[in-house]
Amino acid sequence: MKEKSGNITAKLPAAVALLIIVALWELACVTGAIPSYMLPSPVSVIKAFITDFPNLCYHASISLQEAAYGLLIGVALAFCMAGLMDRFSILNRAFSPIMIITQTIPTIAIAPVLVLWMGFGMAPKITLVVITTFFPITVGLLEGYQSIDADYMNLMRSMNATRMQIFRHVKFPAALPYFFSGLRISASYAVVGAVISEWLGGFEGLGVYMTRVRKAYAFDKMFAVIFLIVVISLLLMWLVNVLKNVTMPWAKVQRGA
Amino acid sequence: MHLLEASHITKQYDGRTIIRDICIHLDKGELVSLLGISGSGKTTLFQILSGLVSPEEGKVLLNGEEVTGIPGKISYMFQKDLLLPHKKIIDNVTLPLVLKGKKKKEARQEAAPLFPVFGLEGTEYMYPAQISGGMRQRAAFLRTYLSATEAALLDEPFSALDMITKGQMHEWYLDIMQKINLSTLLITHDIDEAILLSDRIYLLTGSPGIIENELKIDRPRSDRSGFELTDEFLEYKRRIMGALK
Repeated sequence: MKEKSGNITAKLPAAVALLIIVALWELACVTGAIPSYMLPSPVSVIKAFITDFPNLCYHASISLQEAAYGLLIGVALAFCMAGLMDRFSILNRAFSPIMIITQTIPTIAIAPVLVLWMGFGMAPKITLVVITTFFPITVGLLEGYQSIDADYMNLMRSMNATRMQIFRHVKFPAALPYFFSGLRISASYAVVGAVISEWLGGFEGLGVYMTRVRKAYAFDKMFAVIFLIVVISLLLMWLVNVLKNVTMPWAKVQRGA
Repeated sequence: MHLLEASHITKQYDGRTIIRDICIHLDKGELVSLLGISGSGKTTLFQILSGLVSPEEGKVLLNGEEVTGIPGKISYMFQKDLLLPHKKIIDNVTLPLVLKGKKKKEARQEAAPLFPVFGLEGTEYMYPAQISGGMRQRAAFLRTYLSATEAALLDEPFSALDMITKGQMHEWYLDIMQKINLSTLLITHDIDEAILLSDRIYLLTGSPGIIENELKIDRPRSDRSGFELTDEFLEYKRRIMGALK
């Protein structure tokens, strides 16, 4: 994401481009170039968003819970896994290929299996989020731990630092930027992961609601859901950035303020 | 008995001898330079002296006690300042104290009065990225000093600095060595630097590295300003250049 201090002029082109696209879309719908049963106009999507707001909020709260639990568990697991893989290089060699293979399995393919195993509750959704978020964070952390210049290790050893001390004073802080890049990706994956797993079975949540309105051909409502998912993902990414700036005050300085 | 003594050190890597039969010593309060061309094994010798690496043959003695292969007894300052970018300067310099189990607050209190002495006042709560290269190196030096070991090894500490900063750092260094008494072994490939700063100079030559010569600089360290412009200085330089050929 861009600098937080971001001046408005830097963001202006993006805002203008977005406005033009939305305006063209609206124009295409109003003039009837695209029939409304194929693509709802932006105005009707906004209307649906407003009238449907309580409903959306309820379902969003379910999906967000799944995403949050999944993300928390994913982060915790990633910390354990990356820590172990960094400490014992044999584990690194043993698990790296497996982790890459698991990442190539399409989310949508395992979701139904998870539903089969765990039922229609939150468990399969959270599991899916854990699976999708765990990997980018583990890889990020591991890369961070191993990015340390050998001279730093020599320095710490010459000061008689223990392994834990080296981790705490050198490795962990050095891995933080990597962690946050992983977390930013994972945060948006988490919401999408929750929604996808809801498509395939469940009683509530944005994914379930999306399937329901789609089957009712209420495309304006479906687009309102999509809009909400986009907003939530952006908010989460912003939140990660805030968290990063709070935990890494030195990073701002380094960019040469 | 010498403060620090390396006797008959030989080190090989992959069957290649890096240094052979090195014998050097450092007495209390002395500043001794190890001058050699690149590839003569200076850094390997330092890693052995600091206990990071064990030699194939030979011993390292600190106050007569063997410390071969035991790190943490002698502090080591590297070519790069190696300040941790995420720590404020005061927390960087107090790292050796914190590693020894001291509370952060106590460590800060102990280090604070030293900041003016090291010309670092005002930088306490800045991050390394916010201060100049010369200042960062001084901070690294303060960190080495706070390791509170009896001897310090400095591995080309001034070589990454530009000429002017380097000159300033030499003056600063001679000055600070009047205030604090730290027995120091300095690695350098800069002949002028070695003559200007040292009590004695070891010349390390060849591959594998051996000690070729030892040279004593007679002018007291307290009287070194303008030294590099004297004939005496040039005479030392001539002798060193002759020996390194």
